[in-house]
Amino acid sequence: MGFKIKKSILYIALIILGLTCLLPFMLMVVNATRSGAEISQSFTFIPGHNLQENWNRLFEYFNLFAGIRNSVIVAVPATLLGVYFPAMTAYGLAMYKFKGNNVIFGAILAFMMIPGQLSLIGFYQLCSTLHLVNSYIPLVIPAIAATGTVFFLRQYIIASVPTSLVEAARIDGANELYTFHRIIIPLVSPAMATMGIMGFIGNWNNYLLPMIILTKTDKFTLPVMMATLRAATDLASNQGATYLAVAISVIPILLVFCFFSRYIISSISAGAVKG
Amino acid sequence: MKRSHKKSLTSYNNWGYAFVAPFVIVFLIFSVYPVLRTLYLSFTDLKVMGDAHFIGLENYKRVVTDKFFWIALWNTVRIWVVNIVLQLGLAFLLMMIFSDVKYKMAGLPVFRVVYYLPNLIAATSVAFLFMTLLDWRFGTFNQLLSALYRAFGAHYNPVDWLGTSNTAGYTIAVIQAWMWFGNSFIMLMAAVQGISKDYFEAAALDGAGRWTIFGRITLPLIKPIMMYVAITSLIGGLQMFDLPFLMINRASPSYASVQTVMMYLYKFGFTAGTIQTGYAAAIAYALFIIILVVSVIQIKLFNRGED
Repeated sequence: MGFKIKKSILYIALIILGLTCLLPFMLMVVNATRSGAEISQSFTFIPGHNLQENWNRLFEYFNLFAGIRNSVIVAVPATLLGVYFPAMTAYGLAMYKFKGNNVIFGAILAFMMIPGQLSLIGFYQLCSTLHLVNSYIPLVIPAIAATGTVFFLRQYIIASVPTSLVEAARIDGANELYTFHRIIIPLVSPAMATMGIMGFIGNWNNYLLPMIILTKTDKFTLPVMMATLRAATDLASNQGATYLAVAISVIPILLVFCFFSRYIISSISAGAVKG
Repeated sequence: MKRSHKKSLTSYNNWGYAFVAPFVIVFLIFSVYPVLRTLYLSFTDLKVMGDAHFIGLENYKRVVTDKFFWIALWNTVRIWVVNIVLQLGLAFLLMMIFSDVKYKMAGLPVFRVVYYLPNLIAATSVAFLFMTLLDWRFGTFNQLLSALYRAFGAHYNPVDWLGTSNTAGYTIAVIQAWMWFGNSFIMLMAAVQGISKDYFEAAALDGAGRWTIFGRITLPLIKPIMMYVAITSLIGGLQMFDLPFLMINRASPSYASVQTVMMYLYKFGFTAGTIQTGYAAAIAYALFIIILVVSVIQIKLFNRGED
């Protein structure tokens, strides 16, 4: 009896904690449909009738869909490059014994430990010398050098791709690139998906670097565009429009989560196993 | 047999260079070079543009004597400690609940997803969501609190959570913990699930109680991952930027109490009018040295109970 009660209390506590995770989002959705005056007077969980007006108000200020489009233009190629080339590198490090292999692996380990702020100043200076300010190149191309992904995929290949398989392909006369594309990638694709989805979220949500690299409004990615709300005093008077902006900015990533939550959880778990 | 096997491979081994070449090129340009360039700049007096003159350790001397750097570091540490205690404490507690051999709680997949949800959202969106919710006069959070107080017959004086120096840092720490506890929990749980079931069964057969099992099997076996979680949180936490930068207005009276080291670096690195690139680079390396020292201490502390 006491056992059952205690267990129920635990469940209630877990559910309350879950609600605190959801509550801000529920309030966000509800408040996005209410007027500023309604919001400032009281809270409720019943949607209001002001969605259309909030929408108009918000899009007078900026076009969030342009931000979403820019974020897609940055995050999709960065994600694809950020799994394809690291997989290639991981395969090269795992399957071939060549001079410098260990040096490269050592450098990867070292750079996984180096905090990002250390490169920030130099990275910006580099971009400004190469005239890459306001270009998406500095936000996309560096994804190729995703050290964490290389490390993870290398371990995965060593553990799950037998050398005999590659040798069999060679005996059959397969070219090395063909082997990589047709045999290795399908085998490693679950791990690539895991890393890819995390890479996508990281690229999608990234704020500091795009803010530094992008100065032209029409180039702004979604987080950078959202940050301009800070200066929008005229919008601050209408909380409904701010909530709507947040809600719209959250939707794309929530959709991704709905489809890929399994991969997301397993990639965080992979981070634990990595340690 | 073995020798001929090796020989057949060596002819292919040069392919390795081709496979790693794209990575190495991009890595050298966009990872290695910027870190070294920052190091070089930290020894120069580069301002916005123009020539950089080598000035030796001047910038580092300035960091050490810069009162505002130490205030920024103190702010960062203060916010981080509250954040990490809440975040890891909650994650640890949840891990204990879900790994308990007596209660055998169900629903882990659902809870895990819900707890992780706040971590999915961009910091910019989280920032504006909470700024609006926490608005002093018109925010929904104070309305909720006020309703709660009223239910108990008390009166609630609205608190300006983000605008007051006493509360702003801790408010951000709580939001940060809210964003990250699910992530830490999933990691700890993955570690627990990685432990072979045989250990638990054998211990139960030997008549070990649930606390003995937790203390003698679960804890020691997940220790490496606890260390990993603690160190990654440290590296991330000391670089805290997005939330305080976005949520606290420059003009706010609480700004001085939440300016983190990264915000201080940003001021000299990128804010028009105050750019001193060389000094910003030195701040970056100073922070790196601090992170390094604290990580080493952390590892030492974790390993102390080993023998």
